[in-house]
Amino acid sequence: MSDAILTASVPAVRRDIGLKRRYAAERRFRLYGLAAITIGLVFLALLLTSVVRKGYTAFVQTEISLPVTFSEALVDPTNKRAEDPQILAKGKYDKVIREALAAQLGFDAKDLKSGKAADQLISPSARVELRDMVLADPSLVGKTIDVSLLAEGNIDSANKGQIDLSVPEARRKVKDQQLTWMQQLKDAGKLKFAFNTGLFVNGASSRPEAAGLGVAAIGSAVMMLIVLALSLPIGVAASIYLEEFAPKNKFTDLIEVNINNLAAVPSIVYGLLGLSVFVNFLGMPRSAAVVGGLVLTLMTLPTIIIATRASLKAVPPSIRSAALGLGASKMQMIFHHVLPLAMPGVLTGAIIGLAHALGETAPLLLIGMVAFVANYPVTPMDPSTALPVQIYMWANEAERAFVERTSGAIMVLLVFLILMNLGAVLLRRRFERRW
Amino acid sequence: MNMIAETKLEPKQVQTMQNSFKMLGRNVTVHYGAKQALFDVNLAIRQNTVTALIGPSGCGKSTFLRCLNRMNDTIDNCRVGGEITLEGQDIYDPSIDVVELRARVGMVFQKPNPFPKSIYENVAYGPRIHGLARSKVDFDQIVETSLIKAGLWNEVKDRLHEAGTGLSGGQQQRLCIARAVAVSPEVILMDEPCSALDPIATAKVEELIHELRSNYTIVIVTHSMQQAARVSQRTAMFHLGQLVEENDTDKIFTNPDESRTQDYIMGRFG
Repeated sequence: MSDAILTASVPAVRRDIGLKRRYAAERRFRLYGLAAITIGLVFLALLLTSVVRKGYTAFVQTEISLPVTFSEALVDPTNKRAEDPQILAKGKYDKVIREALAAQLGFDAKDLKSGKAADQLISPSARVELRDMVLADPSLVGKTIDVSLLAEGNIDSANKGQIDLSVPEARRKVKDQQLTWMQQLKDAGKLKFAFNTGLFVNGASSRPEAAGLGVAAIGSAVMMLIVLALSLPIGVAASIYLEEFAPKNKFTDLIEVNINNLAAVPSIVYGLLGLSVFVNFLGMPRSAAVVGGLVLTLMTLPTIIIATRASLKAVPPSIRSAALGLGASKMQMIFHHVLPLAMPGVLTGAIIGLAHALGETAPLLLIGMVAFVANYPVTPMDPSTALPVQIYMWANEAERAFVERTSGAIMVLLVFLILMNLGAVLLRRRFERRW
Repeated sequence: MNMIAETKLEPKQVQTMQNSFKMLGRNVTVHYGAKQALFDVNLAIRQNTVTALIGPSGCGKSTFLRCLNRMNDTIDNCRVGGEITLEGQDIYDPSIDVVELRARVGMVFQKPNPFPKSIYENVAYGPRIHGLARSKVDFDQIVETSLIKAGLWNEVKDRLHEAGTGLSGGQQQRLCIARAVAVSPEVILMDEPCSALDPIATAKVEELIHELRSNYTIVIVTHSMQQAARVSQRTAMFHLGQLVEENDTDKIFTNPDESRTQDYIMGRFG
């Protein structure tokens, strides 16, 4: 033995303990990980660029500003507006627009062919806009004012370069004459882009240029509030009971299995459940945000319960012993020590569940939230739609202008989701800072 | 002196013993499911005395300790038989409230387990839930005296509102002792309180146990024979779920009645 120590300078034969192999395995694993992340990032980037590339144009809108004359002959031919202001609602505002265009573009307003072609420059919603202006201020009659009018959807698309001009005129949505006028208006500085506020405030419309996410956003917001207000307390209470108080037996095992199953049930099944229970049995209105909220609550509950139970389970037993050893009751132990420590996990689960619910479409289709709702819902019982459903409906539309709106709506939904997840991160930070 | 462990007790004797001892366990058995962990343990805990429970791992000493404030209740399949009294009152009697019992019989655990709150809140928590103080002044008073009793005051008085989990291991354990002391228990159970501490922190905790003895009855489970010899007046030796013998610490460590005790103390097994 001592000889071996003395001759230590001669390198002894080392045992092969497979170091090379082990390091190679680690390097390989790291490469797999990197590859997995790269693939994920590439797909995410592809998705985002595709959505943004198609959708960013939806946030601007072509407007044509014209000096519009509210001539009495067109708006109030019988001159009765003094007695009955409502008579102004019957004015020929399409003619008002046509005359304004004729004056601007220099064609004869009596020429029907040119007139019709010119009408198609301006969105039909512009008539309503002018009517509302006059109704609000009858003194406008007889005056000429500069008004920004929404361009028609196809004109908007053409202005954004989304219409293929190499297609023969007969098969094109925008005619050569209209293109010439567009150029003319553009040169005069009358046709320009403006921020598309309508996208955020308008309700549903069959005209793409007048369609907006307003009703859908309100519907989604109301549903999220309902989901949060119901599923968080119910879910947390259920988890605390199951985790801390319920006896561990076959029955509670069965409940646990069922909750885990419910989390995996296809969401459309929840839609059917909501349809039969809330709409048919309880007689709640169709297409209402309250029903949507209830259905999404049912769908979110399992997620919240599973997340809450997992985070309750993760609270170290030493904290429980410490509280009980001091003479805290079980309730005090849970609410003073266990739940606060589990809170970050609970909140993460709740927000993930909520974000999931925000993007859910299928169950809402079944309870009738896929509807043409142009007016804002006043109460949660009024018909409304939701953001993802609006995306689904727009994706089904044929007009070119709806394509960019679909992507634009997806971007709005993504922003909502990012804000919610950001909120989750901030809340988690806040609760974790209390050691 | 071995009569408790081995002699059959007459009812009258029991009565006198219950009066003279702080706590008394008679024929205590514990089952974890089908496995029996304690076999008919008879052990008396004397007032204002440090009683050490020693024995090899898995001998049931911690199990017995946890019976004394019913911490075993929290284990699902644990059944406790026999009788344990606190000042003559059966603590497993249905009329006894376990919350009240634990306020009278406090516990310090093997691993320091301060709440993830401030030092102040750690100590004030017990008095708060038991309603022992009303005003801020009262709380401040309780926190200060408890920390002084636990020998921690001078080290933490300037940072009472910092995290209790930020203290060193030894300080955390003394904080846990302060927390237990703050509810003014009659008995303090300590489950290997020094096993996670270094020798210096251990010495401080042992010193503390010495001082606490005048006001509290202390039962301590320890793996260290030296510690049992240093801190306790009475020692009970457990083996395989049975109480081997219980006697004055000096006697146990110099001239035990049982050969198994002798062997264990000499380090021949365990």
